[in-house]
Amino acid sequence: MRNWLEQIGQFMLFIGQFFRSLLRRPLDGLETLRQTHEIGSKSLLLVGISGLSIGMVLAMQTSSTLARFGGRGLLPSMIAVAVLREIGPIITALVVSGRVGAGIAAQLGSMRVTEQIDAMEVAALYPFGYLVRTRILACLIALPILTIYADFLALMGGYVIMFFQQNISLKLYFSSAIRFIDLQTVLPAVAKTAIFGFIIGSIATFTGYYTRHGTRGVGQSAMIAVVLSSLFVIVADVLLVKLTLILFG
Amino acid sequence: MIEIDQVYKAFGAQSVLNGVALRVDAGETVAILGRSGSGKSVLLKCLVGLLRPDRGTIRIDGQEVTALSAAQLDQLRRQIGYVFQNAALYDSMTVEENLAFHLTRHQSMAPDRLRQIIYEKLQTVGVEVALHKYPSELSGGMQKRVGIARALVLDPKIILYDEPTSGLDPITSREIEDLMIELKKRMGVTSLVITHSLQSARRISDRIAVLYQGQIVAFGRFDEIAQSEHPFVQEYLAAVNLEG
Ligand SMILES: Nc1ncnc2c1ncn2[C@@H]1O[C@H](COP(=O)(O)OP(=O)(O)OP(=O)(O)O)[C@@H](O)[C@H]1O
Ligand SMILES: [Mg+2]
Repeated sequence: MRNWLEQIGQFMLFIGQFFRSLLRRPLDGLETLRQTHEIGSKSLLLVGISGLSIGMVLAMQTSSTLARFGGRGLLPSMIAVAVLREIGPIITALVVSGRVGAGIAAQLGSMRVTEQIDAMEVAALYPFGYLVRTRILACLIALPILTIYADFLALMGGYVIMFFQQNISLKLYFSSAIRFIDLQTVLPAVAKTAIFGFIIGSIATFTGYYTRHGTRGVGQSAMIAVVLSSLFVIVADVLLVKLTLILFG
Repeated sequence: MIEIDQVYKAFGAQSVLNGVALRVDAGETVAILGRSGSGKSVLLKCLVGLLRPDRGTIRIDGQEVTALSAAQLDQLRRQIGYVFQNAALYDSMTVEENLAFHLTRHQSMAPDRLRQIIYEKLQTVGVEVALHKYPSELSGGMQKRVGIARALVLDPKIILYDEPTSGLDPITSREIEDLMIELKKRMGVTSLVITHSLQSARRISDRIAVLYQGQIVAFGRFDEIAQSEHPFVQEYLAAVNLEG
């Protein structure tokens, strides 16, 4: 228990250090972009497949229910609301925390146990900025972009099902899909994904950066990073949805 | 230049350093001998603030290491080159990038000049062929030498070597030793060298310190050490004599 409290305290300090690092030179802009690109390219396929599948599933599951109430025409907008508000962001965040979170924790962890981080530290090269700050920012930037991409593919997945069921045109599908969509729906959802990115990035870098006990510790860090970041993403989602409802009704 | 006074360091119940005291004058090379696990690497890490001693003071260039702010510590660290026992090369960068990272992190540099410096440093340790390789593609000895080149890249005033020649063949070892002697002569570098080889300690250092059970039990020139009556030192010398 005491150990846990200690960890939480250390994590808070780590977050504080991250915010202070935003003002410290060198800013490592290029490295941040490189990390963003790496996160994006690593997750693109997985996020895409997940988005497409979930869109199809959603359409199949809801179409019969809606049909029973005579509301089949509402299906596109129902899919759009569900995907844009909730399913796109959460699916993307969970996939990324597994694919990228584990990778970040393992990479930083192995750099820690092989003294590469110490080597940067003793040469006053500011490893926190180069290794941690860049990766947290990269997650924060990549998540909204990946989510928009997942949203799009999920909507396409829904369309594929509707096309086979009702043979509707893409144009009709999209125009009815966006009928109930406005900025108040989209913006909070996108902002939310940036927060998910921050959660994944900070937990993964934290567990990696403070890895101990050799290669076993590296595996452990990767596992903990995935478990904690998915858990915190889901819990944060509840709070953020509540907050959006209070703010935007 | 380096003054270590009554330094204690324990990990949990295991006390590793028990009041280490040692002085290295400017421009001097001091070798540290001691058995495996006696705390040599721990001592070196305390010097640069990678580990924090439980008690005692460490002064480098008159500055108390444990009392420095983060910015001051960084300032000090920029004048120190640290050669890690296991090289600690950045495994996602090529050899060239490893050195370039140290050179360009805080200052920009024309690409030609950068390439030239990197090539020169690699040449001094004889691994210029490894320029575009990744650390995992190098032999252990080559990694070690790249680690030395990387520590030299910013022309430090103080160099801390953690077993710079262990695991190298005798010819390469000798070349590295020559390099260390050269750096001392030409640049007036102050260094602390951990080594297991009495031979090499004798060649490269002005004075030798023997670390045993967390304390320096003998400290002086080679002939002074040879006359030490401390049982561990005698045992150590006897073991070396049997070997050679
Ligand atoms: N981070 C650490 N946590 C716990 N114990 C440590 C740590 N670092 C070193 N030790 C312990 O301190 C002791 C001294 O280790 P150190 O690495 O300094 O030995 P050494 O003299 O350099 O040996 P070698 O010649 O084999 O490199 C060892 O018993 C080691 O187990
Ligand atoms: Mg050692």
